[in-house]
Amino acid sequence: MAKQINVALIGNPNTGKTSVFNHLTGLNQQVGNYPGITVEKKEGICKLPRGLKAHIIDLPGTYSLNASSLDENLVIELLLNKNDKDYPDVAVVISDVENLKRNLLLYTQIKDLGIPTILVINMADRMELKGISIDIDLLEERLKTKIALVSSRKNTGIEELKELIINYGRIPTEPCLNASSIDPEYFDRLRKAFPNQSLYKLWLVITQDVNFGNLNRKEINLTQDFLPKKKSELKRLQQKETIARYQFINGVLKETHTVDINAAKDLRAKLDRILTHKVWGYVIFFSIMLLIFQAIYDWSSYPMDFIDMAFAELSEWSKNVLPAGVFTNLISEGIIPGLGGIVIFIPQIAFLFLFISLLEESGYMSRVVFLMDKIMKRFGLSGKSVVPLVSGTACAIPAVMATRNIENWKERLITILVVPFTTCSARLPVYLIIIALVIPDERFLGIFNYQGLTLMLLYLLGFGMSVFSAWVLNKIMDIKGKSYFVIEMPDYKLPMFKNVAINVVEKTKSFVFGAGKIILAISIVLWVLASYGPGDDFNNAETVVTQEYGNSLSEEEFNKHVSSVKLENSYIGIMGKAIEPAVAPLGYDWKIGIAIVSSFAAREVFVGTLATIYSVGSDDEKTIKNRMAAEVNPILGGPLFNFASGISLLLFYAFAMQCMSTLAIVKRETNSWKWPALQLFIMSGIAYVAALAAFQILK
Amino acid sequence: MKFTIADLKRGQRGIIKEFTDDTIPLKLLEMGCLPGNDVELVQIAPFKDPLYLNINGSHLAIRKETALKVEIELVE
Repeated sequence: MAKQINVALIGNPNTGKTSVFNHLTGLNQQVGNYPGITVEKKEGICKLPRGLKAHIIDLPGTYSLNASSLDENLVIELLLNKNDKDYPDVAVVISDVENLKRNLLLYTQIKDLGIPTILVINMADRMELKGISIDIDLLEERLKTKIALVSSRKNTGIEELKELIINYGRIPTEPCLNASSIDPEYFDRLRKAFPNQSLYKLWLVITQDVNFGNLNRKEINLTQDFLPKKKSELKRLQQKETIARYQFINGVLKETHTVDINAAKDLRAKLDRILTHKVWGYVIFFSIMLLIFQAIYDWSSYPMDFIDMAFAELSEWSKNVLPAGVFTNLISEGIIPGLGGIVIFIPQIAFLFLFISLLEESGYMSRVVFLMDKIMKRFGLSGKSVVPLVSGTACAIPAVMATRNIENWKERLITILVVPFTTCSARLPVYLIIIALVIPDERFLGIFNYQGLTLMLLYLLGFGMSVFSAWVLNKIMDIKGKSYFVIEMPDYKLPMFKNVAINVVEKTKSFVFGAGKIILAISIVLWVLASYGPGDDFNNAETVVTQEYGNSLSEEEFNKHVSSVKLENSYIGIMGKAIEPAVAPLGYDWKIGIAIVSSFAAREVFVGTLATIYSVGSDDEKTIKNRMAAEVNPILGGPLFNFASGISLLLFYAFAMQCMSTLAIVKRETNSWKWPALQLFIMSGIAYVAALAAFQILK
Repeated sequence: MKFTIADLKRGQRGIIKEFTDDTIPLKLLEMGCLPGNDVELVQIAPFKDPLYLNINGSHLAIRKETALKVEIELVE
């Protein structure tokens, strides 16, 4: 088989890099993590003409090779390390036809590394609309490369790009900018000290916090006859380099690129005027949020009911069809209800990711950042914290990672600390089932569903708590840092169906499989703990029931009492009884206590745990919801899940830090155990107190 | 009298002259905010901050405190 061509896709954010990646690889892609860090690694295989193949890596978006974040570090490390297995044979720089000038800055830097570099000018379909014309042949000559004019929206130019990738060997590798022109004297000394290295690479290693190959920064600084520069001098040289690059680019574009300004007056200005308006801007933002939450609740209830029923049937069916025995019980009472507990949330999670990716793809999210910055700043956050807080409604893990583009450390740290208060999708399962049990399914003023409103309130509570704790943290934390804020305001675009669809599928898949593994493992452990017990009472449950009730019971009632005696005397029953005193004041029984403890790993385990415990305990009710509704409070009598205990549980889950993965991510992003430990204790403390207060007041 | 980006009114344009402060972030330069380039104030956020600029065709938003450090010459 012919060798695969290694291709790296590089580009500024908002250039449609991901669309090009999707066109090249289709669904033939996988998303993983770079070893040791949590930056998402997207790679895929692209079939080229003549039976060739390319291995394509979609590198994180970056404005330049001057790294200021982990994601950007990664781009540089890969491009500097010839020994990396992913080191590209050819780099493809994606640019946006409307921001060509800014995009070319990165292009010239990549080109100067000596890697064959193809330039893609994307969104070519907008050229006419914007009055842009480009002399491609001349531009290719001046930039010493090959150019592909691509429209990922209209799906044109992709085949041409594939041809260019095959013929990458013909692309010249000479640099655009002579590195030593930045400071001839300094670079002269550098050349003498390291005669065998590329000057531009040396320069990057000196100015960046990265190592490459057999050369690292310490070594350079320790080399004799070579006097390192001070940090501030280096910074000035970096500025000089940037200006020199822009001079080169301006010169090139003046000859090859014209814009008819009259054609460029457009929709953007009109939309901006409304969407960032001091009144309408906020009204529109909150209406969109309201719409999203109503939609998630209303639209997804149909497929969810269906899935709930289907799994109940499946469990029943497997019990009847498979030969009776321990293994069948494990499948029908342990594994199937456990899996059902996760599959049921696919509709909602898919909807949530759908809306978030629509907001991001359309360019609207940047307007929200712009609109909210001043307000957020008052609470010690940045406008850019809005994106983590909103994507925190999907999952806190990507949200914590999304804080990386916040420039100020204090604002970033506060955002990381408060993000887990936002209502992530893992809380939804818990909320939904409890809301369904304790809030009436009626309409308020004939329009708003009470259950939907409750859900909306819970989301607002999450946001409110994040903002409030941010305000407190901002007052008590004493961290000084340079504060600045730059955000690109991309053009509005109609979201592309393919991008949105792939995003929704990928995110949902990783949620289901990631959480699914934990849930499956926990549900098996729980089933074992609930099906076996240590003492005589467990093994002789029938005798215990007979002694207590005599022979007056019907067979059905008898069996019911036997299973409940068994459950109470199983391992899990004993553990649950031990923690019951701690949860009883909150209105919970020991079963809920066990569900809370086991959901420490991940919140969504709560429902799966209850499903497993209850399906071991009773046979007559099929769906999880019906089983929960039938539970009785052991101390107070009456339904276990009533308004008071329901609200108490909702509040507990709204505030508690019940997610090990988030704690791990926070540790990684803040590089200290101090912050995740703080989150764990403070959040869980608040949760306990709030739940206690709610139950005691409402009961 | 010295003008900075923060003095621009909506729709007004200027040409960037220099930075009054060395702490100007490199990122801003990379996004096209360089001496000699054209700058237009497109929109001011509610509560007067941040500022939405069009610098040589690149649209970006910066906070007022940063805008104060970028000196410009007004274009009438």
